[in-house]
Amino acid sequence: MMELSIIWSILIAQIMLGLAMAFAFFRMVRGPRAQDRILGLDTLYINAMLMLLTFGIRTANTLYFESALIVALIGFVSSIAFGKFLMRGEIIE
Amino acid sequence: MRTWFPYPLLSIALLLIWLLLNQSVAPGTFVMGTILATGLGWVTLKLSPVRSHPRRILLTLRFGFAVALDIIRSNLAVIAVILRGRRRPPSSGFLTVDLDIDDENALALLACILTATPGTAWLEYDRRRKSLLFHVLDMENERVWIDTVKRYEAALKEIFG
Amino acid sequence: MSHLTDLPVWAAILVCGLTLLGAAITLIGSVGLLRFTSFYERLHAPTLATSGGVILICAASIICFAVLQSRWVFHEILIIVFVLVTTPVTLMLLGQAALYRDRVKEKRGVPLKQRPPREEPTE
Repeated sequence: MMELSIIWSILIAQIMLGLAMAFAFFRMVRGPRAQDRILGLDTLYINAMLMLLTFGIRTANTLYFESALIVALIGFVSSIAFGKFLMRGEIIE
Repeated sequence: MRTWFPYPLLSIALLLIWLLLNQSVAPGTFVMGTILATGLGWVTLKLSPVRSHPRRILLTLRFGFAVALDIIRSNLAVIAVILRGRRRPPSSGFLTVDLDIDDENALALLACILTATPGTAWLEYDRRRKSLLFHVLDMENERVWIDTVKRYEAALKEIFG
Repeated sequence: MSHLTDLPVWAAILVCGLTLLGAAITLIGSVGLLRFTSFYERLHAPTLATSGGVILICAASIICFAVLQSRWVFHEILIIVFVLVTTPVTLMLLGQAALYRDRVKEKRGVPLKQRPPREEPTE
Protein backbone atom coordinates (compact mmCIF):
# COMPACT_ATOMS: atom_id res chain seq x y z
CA MET A 1 0.00 0.00 0.00
CA MET A 2 2.72 2.42 1.09
CA GLU A 3 4.96 1.44 -1.78
CA LEU A 4 2.17 1.90 -4.29
CA SER A 5 1.25 5.34 -3.04
CA ILE A 6 4.90 6.52 -3.20
CA ILE A 7 5.32 5.26 -6.73
CA TRP A 8 2.06 6.77 -7.85
CA SER A 9 2.65 10.16 -6.32
CA ILE A 10 6.09 10.45 -7.87
CA LEU A 11 4.66 9.32 -11.20
CA ILE A 12 1.93 11.98 -10.97
CA ALA A 13 4.55 14.60 -10.15
CA GLN A 14 6.55 13.53 -13.20
CA ILE A 15 3.47 13.75 -15.41
CA MET A 16 2.83 17.27 -14.12
CA LEU A 17 6.44 18.26 -14.80
CA GLY A 18 6.18 16.73 -18.27
CA LEU A 19 3.08 18.81 -18.97
CA ALA A 20 4.91 21.89 -17.71
CA MET A 21 7.78 21.09 -20.08
CA ALA A 22 5.29 20.71 -22.94
CA PHE A 23 3.77 24.11 -22.19
CA ALA A 24 7.19 25.76 -22.05
CA PHE A 25 8.13 24.05 -25.31
CA PHE A 26 4.91 25.30 -26.88
CA ARG A 27 5.75 28.85 -25.83
CA MET A 28 9.22 28.39 -27.31
CA VAL A 29 7.88 27.19 -30.66
CA ARG A 30 4.97 29.58 -30.84
CA GLY A 31 6.80 32.76 -29.99
CA PRO A 32 5.44 35.26 -30.97
CA ARG A 33 8.63 37.24 -30.48
CA ALA A 34 12.22 36.26 -29.86
CA GLN A 35 12.20 37.12 -26.16
CA ASP A 36 9.16 34.89 -25.63
CA ARG A 37 11.05 32.00 -27.16
CA ILE A 38 14.02 32.52 -24.89
CA LEU A 39 11.77 32.76 -21.86
CA GLY A 40 10.19 29.47 -22.93
CA LEU A 41 13.63 27.90 -23.33
CA ASP A 42 14.72 29.05 -19.90
CA THR A 43 11.58 27.64 -18.30
CA LEU A 44 12.08 24.42 -20.23
CA TYR A 45 15.58 24.08 -18.78
CA ILE A 46 14.36 24.60 -15.23
CA ASN A 47 11.52 22.12 -15.67
CA ALA A 48 13.89 19.56 -17.15
CA MET A 49 16.18 20.01 -14.15
CA LEU A 50 13.28 19.38 -11.77
CA MET A 51 12.33 16.33 -13.81
CA LEU A 52 15.85 14.95 -13.39
CA LEU A 53 15.61 15.50 -9.63
CA THR A 54 12.36 13.53 -9.46
CA PHE A 55 14.02 10.74 -11.43
CA GLY A 56 16.77 10.82 -8.85
CA ILE A 57 14.25 10.42 -6.03
CA ARG A 58 12.49 7.63 -7.87
CA THR A 59 15.57 5.52 -8.54
CA ALA A 60 17.51 6.67 -5.43
CA ASN A 61 20.50 7.44 -7.60
CA THR A 62 22.62 10.49 -6.81
CA LEU A 63 24.02 10.57 -10.35
CA TYR A 64 20.88 12.40 -11.47
CA PHE A 65 21.84 15.23 -9.17
CA GLU A 66 25.04 15.92 -11.08
CA SER A 67 23.22 16.06 -14.38
CA ALA A 68 20.59 18.36 -12.89
CA LEU A 69 23.33 20.74 -11.76
CA ILE A 70 24.92 20.69 -15.22
CA VAL A 71 21.56 21.33 -16.91
CA ALA A 72 20.99 24.30 -14.61
CA LEU A 73 24.48 25.69 -15.40
CA ILE A 74 24.15 25.32 -19.14
CA GLY A 75 20.62 26.72 -19.11
CA PHE A 76 21.76 29.83 -17.30
CA VAL A 77 24.71 30.46 -19.58
CA SER A 78 22.72 29.93 -22.77
CA SER A 79 19.84 32.14 -21.64
CA ILE A 80 22.27 34.90 -20.72
CA ALA A 81 23.99 34.60 -24.09
CA PHE A 82 20.66 34.78 -25.92
CA GLY A 83 19.53 37.74 -23.84
CA LYS A 84 22.75 39.61 -24.56
CA PHE A 85 22.31 38.85 -28.23
CA LEU A 86 18.83 40.36 -28.18
CA MET A 87 20.21 43.58 -26.75
CA ARG A 88 22.84 43.98 -29.43
CA GLY A 89 22.29 41.65 -32.34
CA GLU A 90 20.06 41.82 -35.33
CA ILE A 91 17.29 39.26 -35.30
CA ILE A 92 15.15 38.41 -38.27
CA GLU A 93 11.56 38.05 -37.26
CA MET B 1 45.62 37.71 6.26
CA ARG B 2 44.27 40.21 3.75
CA THR B 3 47.01 39.41 1.28
CA TRP B 4 46.26 35.71 1.48
CA PHE B 5 42.52 35.99 1.46
CA PRO B 6 41.45 39.22 -0.23
CA TYR B 7 37.81 38.16 -0.13
CA PRO B 8 37.33 35.97 2.94
CA LEU B 9 33.58 35.48 2.48
CA LEU B 10 34.00 34.46 -1.14
CA SER B 11 36.79 32.05 -0.27
CA ILE B 12 34.73 30.42 2.47
CA ALA B 13 31.76 30.07 0.12
CA LEU B 14 33.95 28.49 -2.57
CA LEU B 15 35.42 26.03 -0.08
CA LEU B 16 31.92 25.08 1.08
CA ILE B 17 30.78 24.57 -2.53
CA TRP B 18 33.80 22.37 -3.20
CA LEU B 19 33.15 20.24 -0.12
CA LEU B 20 29.46 19.90 -1.01
CA LEU B 21 30.25 18.92 -4.59
CA ASN B 22 32.67 16.26 -3.45
CA GLN B 23 30.41 15.20 -0.61
CA SER B 24 33.30 14.52 1.70
CA VAL B 25 35.39 16.24 4.33
CA ALA B 26 38.46 14.08 3.78
CA PRO B 27 41.78 15.91 4.35
CA GLY B 28 42.69 15.69 0.65
CA THR B 29 39.45 17.32 -0.47
CA PHE B 30 39.86 19.97 2.19
CA VAL B 31 43.39 20.87 1.08
CA MET B 32 42.38 20.98 -2.59
CA GLY B 33 39.36 23.12 -1.74
CA THR B 34 41.48 25.55 0.26
CA ILE B 35 43.99 25.87 -2.59
CA LEU B 36 41.18 26.51 -5.09
CA ALA B 37 39.44 29.00 -2.80
CA THR B 38 42.66 30.99 -2.28
CA GLY B 39 43.57 30.92 -5.95
CA LEU B 40 40.15 32.01 -7.11
CA GLY B 41 40.19 34.76 -4.50
CA TRP B 42 43.32 36.15 -6.16
CA VAL B 43 41.70 35.83 -9.58
CA THR B 44 38.75 37.84 -8.28
CA LEU B 45 41.18 40.53 -7.15
CA LYS B 46 41.98 41.11 -10.82
CA LEU B 47 38.29 41.65 -11.58
CA SER B 48 38.19 44.19 -8.73
CA PRO B 49 34.54 44.01 -7.79
CA VAL B 50 33.01 46.80 -5.75
CA ARG B 51 33.60 46.23 -2.08
CA SER B 52 30.89 46.77 0.43
CA HIS B 53 30.71 45.91 4.07
CA PRO B 54 27.45 44.38 5.18
CA ARG B 55 27.02 44.84 8.90
CA ARG B 56 24.56 43.71 11.49
CA ILE B 57 24.14 39.99 11.07
CA LEU B 58 20.96 39.93 13.12
CA LEU B 59 19.34 42.57 10.94
CA THR B 60 20.35 40.67 7.81
CA LEU B 61 18.75 37.50 9.15
CA ARG B 62 15.55 39.32 9.97
CA PHE B 63 15.50 40.90 6.54
CA GLY B 64 16.01 37.51 4.91
CA PHE B 65 13.13 36.09 6.90
CA ALA B 66 10.85 38.95 5.89
CA VAL B 67 11.80 38.47 2.23
CA ALA B 68 11.10 34.74 2.44
CA LEU B 69 7.66 35.44 3.88
CA ASP B 70 6.97 37.97 1.12
CA ILE B 71 8.04 35.46 -1.52
CA ILE B 72 5.68 32.81 -0.14
CA ARG B 73 2.83 35.29 0.00
CA SER B 74 3.36 36.54 -3.54
CA ASN B 75 3.73 32.95 -4.76
CA LEU B 76 0.20 32.29 -3.52
CA ALA B 77 -1.05 35.56 -5.02
CA VAL B 78 0.41 34.76 -8.45
CA ILE B 79 -1.00 31.22 -8.34
CA ALA B 80 -4.42 32.76 -7.65
CA VAL B 81 -3.99 35.15 -10.59
CA ILE B 82 -3.06 32.34 -12.97
CA LEU B 83 -5.80 29.97 -11.86
CA ARG B 84 -8.40 32.72 -12.05
CA GLY B 85 -7.66 32.65 -15.75
CA ARG B 86 -9.47 34.51 -18.43
CA ARG B 87 -12.48 35.49 -16.36
CA ARG B 88 -10.58 38.38 -14.84
CA PRO B 89 -7.31 39.11 -16.63
CA PRO B 90 -4.56 40.57 -14.43
CA SER B 91 -4.25 44.33 -14.34
CA SER B 92 -0.55 44.54 -14.92
CA GLY B 93 1.40 47.71 -15.37
CA PHE B 94 4.66 49.57 -15.05
CA LEU B 95 5.70 51.52 -11.99
CA THR B 96 8.56 53.89 -11.29
CA VAL B 97 10.11 54.45 -7.90
CA ASP B 98 12.88 56.80 -6.88
CA LEU B 99 15.59 54.98 -5.01
CA ASP B 100 18.30 56.33 -2.79
CA ILE B 101 20.88 53.54 -2.69
CA ASP B 102 24.48 54.18 -3.63
CA ASP B 103 26.00 50.82 -2.82
CA GLU B 104 26.30 48.71 -5.97
CA ASN B 105 25.97 45.40 -4.17
CA ALA B 106 22.87 46.57 -2.32
CA LEU B 107 21.33 47.53 -5.66
CA ALA B 108 22.18 44.13 -7.11
CA LEU B 109 20.63 42.42 -4.10
CA LEU B 110 17.49 44.53 -4.41
CA ALA B 111 17.27 43.64 -8.10
CA CYS B 112 17.58 39.93 -7.34
CA ILE B 113 14.98 40.06 -4.59
CA LEU B 114 12.48 42.00 -6.69
CA THR B 115 12.86 39.70 -9.66
CA ALA B 116 12.87 36.49 -7.64
CA THR B 117 9.58 37.50 -6.07
CA PRO B 118 6.76 36.40 -8.36
CA GLY B 119 4.62 39.38 -9.23
CA THR B 120 7.35 41.97 -9.57
CA ALA B 121 10.07 42.18 -12.20
CA TRP B 122 12.92 44.64 -12.28
CA LEU B 123 13.25 46.24 -15.70
CA GLU B 124 15.49 49.26 -15.71
CA TYR B 125 17.44 51.46 -13.35
CA ASP B 126 18.34 54.94 -14.41
CA ARG B 127 21.59 55.81 -12.67
CA ARG B 128 21.42 59.50 -13.27
CA ARG B 129 17.88 59.99 -12.09
CA LYS B 130 18.15 57.19 -9.57
CA SER B 131 14.75 55.94 -10.57
CA LEU B 132 13.74 52.34 -11.00
CA LEU B 133 11.26 51.05 -13.55
CA PHE B 134 9.61 47.77 -12.67
CA HIS B 135 6.66 45.73 -13.82
CA VAL B 136 3.90 44.51 -11.54
CA LEU B 137 1.60 41.65 -12.43
CA ASP B 138 -1.39 42.43 -10.29
CA MET B 139 -1.79 46.14 -9.72
CA GLU B 140 -4.71 46.14 -7.33
CA ASN B 141 -3.29 49.18 -5.60
CA GLU B 142 0.09 50.42 -6.60
CA ARG B 143 0.69 52.03 -3.24
CA VAL B 144 1.36 48.61 -1.70
CA TRP B 145 4.08 47.74 -4.22
CA ILE B 146 5.81 51.09 -3.89
CA ASP B 147 5.71 50.73 -0.12
CA THR B 148 7.23 47.24 -0.40
CA VAL B 149 10.13 48.53 -2.48
CA LYS B 150 10.63 51.42 -0.07
CA ARG B 151 10.69 48.99 2.84
CA TYR B 152 13.36 46.85 1.17
CA GLU B 153 15.33 49.97 0.35
CA ALA B 154 15.31 51.14 3.96
CA ALA B 155 16.39 47.71 5.22
CA LEU B 156 19.20 47.44 2.67
CA LYS B 157 20.43 50.92 3.47
CA GLU B 158 20.60 49.98 7.11
CA ILE B 159 22.43 46.74 6.40
CA PHE B 160 24.98 48.13 3.95
CA GLY B 161 25.08 51.59 5.52
CA MET C 1 11.97 0.17 -6.90
CA SER C 2 12.26 -1.54 -3.59
CA HIS C 3 14.45 1.05 -1.92
CA LEU C 4 11.63 3.57 -1.57
CA THR C 5 9.84 1.16 0.72
CA ASP C 6 12.78 1.44 3.10
CA LEU C 7 11.65 4.94 3.91
CA PRO C 8 9.84 5.32 7.21
CA VAL C 9 6.24 6.45 6.89
CA TRP C 10 6.79 10.07 7.96
CA ALA C 11 9.62 10.51 5.46
CA ALA C 12 7.61 8.90 2.67
CA ILE C 13 4.65 11.20 3.29
CA LEU C 14 6.95 14.25 3.39
CA VAL C 15 8.77 13.27 0.21
CA CYS C 16 5.54 12.57 -1.69
CA GLY C 17 3.83 15.72 -0.47
CA LEU C 18 6.77 18.01 -1.23
CA THR C 19 7.32 16.50 -4.67
CA LEU C 20 3.66 16.76 -5.63
CA LEU C 21 3.37 20.32 -4.33
CA GLY C 22 6.54 21.43 -6.10
CA ALA C 23 5.47 19.83 -9.37
CA ALA C 24 2.02 21.43 -9.09
CA ILE C 25 3.52 24.90 -8.54
CA THR C 26 5.86 24.38 -11.51
CA LEU C 27 2.93 23.29 -13.65
CA ILE C 28 0.92 26.36 -12.65
CA GLY C 29 3.88 28.56 -13.53
CA SER C 30 4.08 27.00 -16.99
CA VAL C 31 0.32 27.39 -17.44
CA GLY C 32 0.83 31.06 -16.69
CA LEU C 33 3.60 31.20 -19.30
CA LEU C 34 1.10 29.78 -21.78
CA ARG C 35 -1.86 31.87 -20.79
CA PHE C 36 -0.68 35.41 -20.23
CA THR C 37 -1.13 37.72 -23.15
CA SER C 38 1.84 40.09 -23.03
CA PHE C 39 5.53 39.43 -22.64
CA TYR C 40 5.88 41.46 -19.47
CA GLU C 41 3.17 39.38 -17.81
CA ARG C 42 4.84 36.18 -18.95
CA LEU C 43 8.05 37.38 -17.33
CA HIS C 44 6.47 36.64 -13.94
CA ALA C 45 5.53 33.04 -14.68
CA PRO C 46 8.94 31.24 -14.45
CA THR C 47 9.66 32.72 -11.02
CA LEU C 48 6.96 30.42 -9.66
CA ALA C 49 8.93 27.41 -10.84
CA THR C 50 12.22 28.76 -9.56
CA SER C 51 11.15 29.98 -6.16
CA GLY C 52 8.46 27.47 -5.28
CA GLY C 53 9.12 24.37 -7.37
CA VAL C 54 12.88 24.16 -7.05
CA ILE C 55 12.90 24.64 -3.29
CA LEU C 56 10.15 22.11 -2.62
CA ILE C 57 11.48 19.39 -4.92
CA CYS C 58 15.04 19.86 -3.67
CA ALA C 59 13.74 19.61 -0.10
CA ALA C 60 12.04 16.32 -1.02
CA SER C 61 15.28 15.06 -2.53
CA ILE C 62 17.26 16.13 0.55
CA ILE C 63 14.89 14.30 2.89
CA CYS C 64 14.81 11.21 0.69
CA PHE C 65 18.58 10.78 0.44
CA ALA C 66 19.28 11.86 4.00
CA VAL C 67 16.93 9.21 5.38
CA LEU C 68 17.77 6.47 2.88
CA GLN C 69 21.55 6.70 3.12
CA SER C 70 21.54 8.20 6.63
CA ARG C 71 24.10 10.72 5.42
CA TRP C 72 23.22 14.28 6.21
CA VAL C 73 24.89 15.94 3.25
CA PHE C 74 22.71 18.52 1.63
CA HIS C 75 24.24 18.99 -1.77
CA GLU C 76 20.84 19.87 -3.24
CA ILE C 77 21.31 23.20 -1.46
CA LEU C 78 23.80 24.00 -4.23
CA ILE C 79 21.03 23.73 -6.82
CA ILE C 80 18.67 25.88 -4.75
CA VAL C 81 21.25 28.62 -4.25
CA PHE C 82 22.41 28.50 -7.84
CA VAL C 83 18.92 28.69 -9.33
CA LEU C 84 17.81 31.39 -6.90
CA VAL C 85 20.82 33.51 -7.78
CA THR C 86 20.87 33.02 -11.54
CA THR C 87 17.22 33.12 -12.61
CA PRO C 88 16.68 36.76 -11.57
CA VAL C 89 19.72 37.69 -13.65
CA THR C 90 18.29 35.95 -16.71
CA LEU C 91 14.84 37.47 -16.25
CA MET C 92 16.25 40.95 -15.70
CA LEU C 93 18.32 40.70 -18.85
CA LEU C 94 15.33 39.43 -20.85
CA GLY C 95 13.16 42.23 -19.47
CA GLN C 96 15.73 44.83 -20.44
CA ALA C 97 16.11 43.31 -23.89
CA ALA C 98 12.33 43.32 -24.39
CA LEU C 99 12.10 46.93 -23.26
CA TYR C 100 14.93 47.93 -25.58
CA ARG C 101 13.39 46.17 -28.56
CA ASP C 102 9.93 47.54 -27.88
CA ARG C 103 11.36 51.05 -27.73
CA VAL C 104 13.19 50.54 -31.00
CA LYS C 105 9.96 49.37 -32.61
CA GLU C 106 8.06 52.19 -30.92
CA LYS C 107 5.36 49.95 -29.61
CA ARG C 108 2.52 51.51 -27.69
CA GLY C 109 2.05 50.93 -23.99
CA VAL C 110 5.75 50.80 -23.23
CA PRO C 111 7.28 53.44 -20.96
CA LEU C 112 9.63 55.69 -22.85
CA LYS C 113 13.19 56.30 -21.93
CA GLN C 114 13.42 59.20 -19.55
CA ARG C 115 15.25 62.22 -20.78
CA PRO C 116 18.40 63.02 -18.86
CA PRO C 117 17.82 65.99 -16.57
CA ARG C 118 20.55 68.10 -18.16
CA GLU C 119 23.34 67.89 -20.65
CA GLU C 120 25.98 65.53 -19.38
CA PRO C 121 28.83 63.74 -21.09
CA THR C 122 27.85 60.25 -22.13
CA GLU C 123 29.32 57.45 -20.09
